[in-house]
Amino acid sequence: MPTLIKDGQVVDNPWSLLAKDVDLNTALSDESSHIVVPFALWQEHKDSLMESGKAVAVCVDSDDDPYELANDVIDLPLICLNFPVFRDGRAFSAAAILRERLNYQGEIRAIGDVLRDQLFYMKKCGINSFDLADGVKVEQALAAFNEFSTSYMSTVEEPLPLFRRR
Amino acid sequence: MYIYDNYDKQMLQDRIVQFRDQTRRFLAGELTSEQFLPLRLQNGLYIQRLAPMLRVAIPYGCLSSRQLRKLASIARDYDKGYAHFSTRQNIQYNWPVLEQVPDLLAELAEVEMHAIQTSGNCIRNTTTDQFAGVAVDEIEDSRPWCEIIRQWSSFHPEFAYLPRKFKIAVCGTPNDQAATQVHDIGLYIKKNDKGEIGFQVLVGGGLGRTPVIGATICEFLPWQHLLTYLDAIMRVYNRFGRRDNKYKARIKILVKEIGVDAFRDKVEAEWLHDKDGPATLTHEEVARCRVFFTDPDYQDLDDIDQAIEDAAASDLLFSHWLERNVALHKKPGYRIVSLCLKETGVAPGDITDTQMEFVADLADKYSFGEVRVTHEQNLVLTDVRLQDLYAVYLACKKESLATPYLGLLNDIVCCPGGDFCSLANAKSIPIAESIQRRFEDFDIQKNIGEITLNISGCMNACGHHHVGNIGILGVDKKGSEFYQVTLGGSSDRDTSLGKVLGPSFAQAEMPDVIDKIINVYLENRQADESFLATYNRIGMDPYKEKVYANAD
Ligand code: HEM
Ligand code: SF4
Repeated sequence: MPTLIKDGQVVDNPWSLLAKDVDLNTALSDESSHIVVPFALWQEHKDSLMESGKAVAVCVDSDDDPYELANDVIDLPLICLNFPVFRDGRAFSAAAILRERLNYQGEIRAIGDVLRDQLFYMKKCGINSFDLADGVKVEQALAAFNEFSTSYMSTVEEPLPLFRRR
Repeated sequence: MYIYDNYDKQMLQDRIVQFRDQTRRFLAGELTSEQFLPLRLQNGLYIQRLAPMLRVAIPYGCLSSRQLRKLASIARDYDKGYAHFSTRQNIQYNWPVLEQVPDLLAELAEVEMHAIQTSGNCIRNTTTDQFAGVAVDEIEDSRPWCEIIRQWSSFHPEFAYLPRKFKIAVCGTPNDQAATQVHDIGLYIKKNDKGEIGFQVLVGGGLGRTPVIGATICEFLPWQHLLTYLDAIMRVYNRFGRRDNKYKARIKILVKEIGVDAFRDKVEAEWLHDKDGPATLTHEEVARCRVFFTDPDYQDLDDIDQAIEDAAASDLLFSHWLERNVALHKKPGYRIVSLCLKETGVAPGDITDTQMEFVADLADKYSFGEVRVTHEQNLVLTDVRLQDLYAVYLACKKESLATPYLGLLNDIVCCPGGDFCSLANAKSIPIAESIQRRFEDFDIQKNIGEITLNISGCMNACGHHHVGNIGILGVDKKGSEFYQVTLGGSSDRDTSLGKVLGPSFAQAEMPDVIDKIINVYLENRQADESFLATYNRIGMDPYKEKVYANAD
């Protein structure tokens, strides 16, 4: 059972993550009432998805442009950011863009290759839920969020840089 | 020197605890090699040909004597009694043991040093001119700005997994000693008509297999906006830099592919949001950082010293050293002294534990306890009284640190090459030595005059061969080590990339080849024209003709 951490707590995950190549009908007939649809499907069928009666979230892959969600953030309770491999750092910027530029207030979830040693930075960039990759130990993951006592630069979590707080 | 406060100390401690745990988990099999790789790299740890290699940051090249003593004791306790100064104002240990690295890092932290972000696909150690703060022609001391950038870039959560490594250089003098234009971001400090400080921002410079000179994307960025602008550049690079091919992942390729104007547009669009936001620099912060770099207690001294002139008249080697290794200082009666780590027979940039301790003592006695490291792999004492020069020289001579070659042919810049590096195509240290032996005589070198010779053991270009007046690159030719020669490179304010002379040479041929190239220069030079100026005037052909004359 994959572990989901949200705002520092282990929680259940009601969301069903749909495959990247899913079509509209398959998406709508998914048995879950909470579906995470791929970015392209969302862009093409936003209205049908919104009217489906399901709770709908979007998965932004590392090569998708988060700015394209500018008009949608208000409708989305959850945005998933995919880390195809932990070394692919684009989602850190995507998270910061969603929070700082698009003022997104909902849940941002890291999915994919979400490992213990990147969690702290993810959180700093505004990601607040973490679908841990297989094998990541929960206690270790929870400890990771407090690895550093503070940060020098302006971050999503603490916009005031250290030099304005020192 | 910047002095850590409790915030800096705490973050450094946090990092040590973090890496200790990461190392433990790796050794316990909880982290795969692939997962551990970027973690150890961001703590300066490579696995090399013979052993791990640890790269320790010397932020913008500034060291206190206390730090240098610590580097010496680490060389003794964790390594084989020596270390290597690199072309990036870092120091490298070639023989540490992985299990001991967390302890080694804890020792470094005692003197406010670390190996953070000295490797890996993150923002690396920021480099600058080794004469910062004392140069006669300085526009503005670059060190406080480097410190501001160091803090901004340390543990930056958004930019720890970039497409590739990222290097920033800052230069505050008209005469560029920081190779600013071959960095991912180069910053020239400028003053406008009102005397306000700003930065000319260059992006997309770099060496490696595709050498590129950086392009200006902003002529004058007012200083308040430095960090927000850097954030904008980094974000554009992080999002759009190529990740499909390691060799095309540097920012220079992105800038080339989309064009400088399109790149600038993206940066400016991103910057608009952050401009004037909380990351905007304040007068207070700049003042706070400047305090660490104010002038030491200089005395009011005459700028002539008869005793030194007499010593120079009677001691020929001292007069050579005075001429080459000693530079003018902004303060009358003081001089900037370079210790050239290029003794023939010693790998360029290598230094022993006892030499480090010696330099630390010398700094305490004669130069306010500070030492600088240069990207040409030498050391600098920035504040030596003119009247002390002879004493300093004699002391250095005993420790084999008084080679009077600075800026001459034997002041060779050279990467570790095939003797240490697992990426090498060919050895580089023995080439340096064979050339140094050929040109050992000071008068020959002096007659040749200012010249730079850079050697890299492969196209990664750690020895900056593209920007050497003469560049030597190790290549693999059907399994044997060969060397390609380039001419005309320079990392000055007028940066240029060397051009290939022709087919490559075997190791044994190299001293002769260099000899022939030098002879073409000597035969063609006009008045006191430098090697580079002559090359720029007469072009490649005469060199080609001479070097390949008897080929076929
Ligand atoms: C021994 C272990 C080392 C390894 C494995 C290594 C690896 C590399 C690699 C792969 C690159 C090319 C990066 C690229 O083109 O994207 C590179 C560039 C570079 N390295 Fe090293 N290096 C080592 C040691 C050194 C040393 C000892 C120095 C200084 C003497 C150094 C200074 C540099 C510089 C200045 C560059 C060029 C920067 C640029 O492309 O902009 N490296 N290194
Ligand atoms: S240039 Fe090549 S051989 Fe030399 S240190 Fe760099 S990677 Fe190694």
